[in-house]
Amino acid sequence: MRLHLPRLAMEPLKPIPAGVRAVLGASFFALFVVGWGLCTWSGLVPPLFLASPDRTLAAGWALLTEFGFLGDIAITIWRVVGGFLIAALLGVPLGLLMGAFKPVEAFFEPFFSFARYLPASAFIPLLILWAGVGEAQKLAVIFIGSFFQLVIMVTVIAGSTRLDLVEAAYTLGSRRLSILRRVVIPAAAPQIAETLRLVLGWAWTYVIVAELIGATSGIGHMIMDSQRLLDTGQMIFGIVVIGLIGLVTDVLFKALNRRLFPWATL
Amino acid sequence: MSERELRIRGVTRTFPGQGRAGPTLALQPTDVTVAPGEFVAILGPSGCGKSTLLRIVAGLDRPTDGSVTLNARPVTGPGPDRGMVFQSYTLFPWLTVEQNIRFGLRERGLPEAQQQEIAARFIARTGLRGFENHWPRQLSGGMQQRTALARALANDPEILLLDEPFGALDHQTRELMQELLLEIWEADRKTVLFVTHDIDEAVFLANRVLVMSARPGRIKAELPIPLPYPREWTVKTTPEFGRLKAQLMAEIREEVRKAAVA
Ligand SMILES: Nc1ncnc2c1ncn2[C@@H]1O[C@H](COP(=O)(O)OP(=O)(O)O)[C@@H](O)[C@H]1O
Ligand SMILES: [Mg+2]
Repeated sequence: MRLHLPRLAMEPLKPIPAGVRAVLGASFFALFVVGWGLCTWSGLVPPLFLASPDRTLAAGWALLTEFGFLGDIAITIWRVVGGFLIAALLGVPLGLLMGAFKPVEAFFEPFFSFARYLPASAFIPLLILWAGVGEAQKLAVIFIGSFFQLVIMVTVIAGSTRLDLVEAAYTLGSRRLSILRRVVIPAAAPQIAETLRLVLGWAWTYVIVAELIGATSGIGHMIMDSQRLLDTGQMIFGIVVIGLIGLVTDVLFKALNRRLFPWATL
Repeated sequence: MSERELRIRGVTRTFPGQGRAGPTLALQPTDVTVAPGEFVAILGPSGCGKSTLLRIVAGLDRPTDGSVTLNARPVTGPGPDRGMVFQSYTLFPWLTVEQNIRFGLRERGLPEAQQQEIAARFIARTGLRGFENHWPRQLSGGMQQRTALARALANDPEILLLDEPFGALDHQTRELMQELLLEIWEADRKTVLFVTHDIDEAVFLANRVLVMSARPGRIKAELPIPLPYPREWTVKTTPEFGRLKAQLMAEIREEVRKAAVA
């Protein structure tokens, strides 16, 4: 007798149909939750260390309906978006200038290459001294974590603009500034957008760290509070929410990039 | 003597060495004069300095010595009076075919309506109708070079500099493109300086062929092509075409051999 299973013949680099991809992706999620459930429902791991999936959901429901967790989510999103926008608004233009004009690059690049390795989280105690535990401190952590990385990456992207396109523009009458405006920037835009997507992802980790260490609100603060109450359900729910928001923004960002730069994804 | 011409006088180019490699002499003193409305082909083996010479005329590179003047104005940098089509595909990938063709017009600040009108004219002349809104990546190599040609022509340059524009195309497409270019030139008589390593191409298109020696390049021979215009592709089968081709082949074979052992 023959089994008519779809054959999953794996050849290196061979693409698979979209449907198969979705099913495979979903099944690992399911498997993960089942494994988590087996560990907790069977009593293998005590609830003190790990809440079961159903208790996590119940804790989440309570958080949302009784403890104003939506407000925490909102404040955290606000911080991420705020810090990210400040870093992007300053970092992208500076990176473009550095990539396009070598003297500007020579001036900033060595310091920024050093500064990008300063761990943003290590600044938190210092920033609390300077700015307290208010919003300015949260924005500053995200800014320090994102800005230098972003500038260096944008510099590399802008600096690798195809020289033959620049030359073509010159023979069509472009002058220096219009080379920047009409060649360097449009050529770099899709990759910069992709970089911003990455940096936004990092901003999420920085904000949570900042909220864990010193905050009176936000998702990180809720997780810290739950630890005091030994409520692993709430803690896990908080972590999952962070993951979900990250996933959703990432998907939206990707879709936006595809819409903005249809020529880049052909 | 007319002032309205391209004058290349004593132009040389030495590329400074990098690391342990010594400097490269790419171009020996070169003199070329191109009169308005001429179609001059520069023929030479690969690596002999053809692109170097053309880039100097375009203002994209500076001569080590000598000078270039166009209509008595010295060339000091690139400008829209010298349109260029490169061998590599240099359409702006973020602009559609139509936007690419309008690039130079927009740089000049022409009104929108005029840009559209000019672009439409060159889209029609280069056989790109129906492709106006395609992205360059959706086009074949031949279509991309048509667009590049239209983009350069739309700017109405004094002279058109073509650096092996059809070199990357397959044989059939290349012949079609040659006919297209010839048709446009026969209608407009715009001055053309055309670089190629293809003898057939040079004879078929040009009024005059300059043969370059192997590196370091210099103009070693000059051959007028007295075939009458308008030229059809059938001219390639005439004895006269064959005779001119044989003459150039004799000149170039020697150089190719030198280039191969150099
Ligand atoms: N930017 C450069 N730096 C160093 N050497 C170069 C440079 N450009 C061209 N050359 C050298 O000059 C010679 C002529 O090059 P090129 O003008 O491109 O030849 P062609 O177009 O006839 O094939 C070659 O030997 C090439 O290696
Ligand atoms: Mg060349």
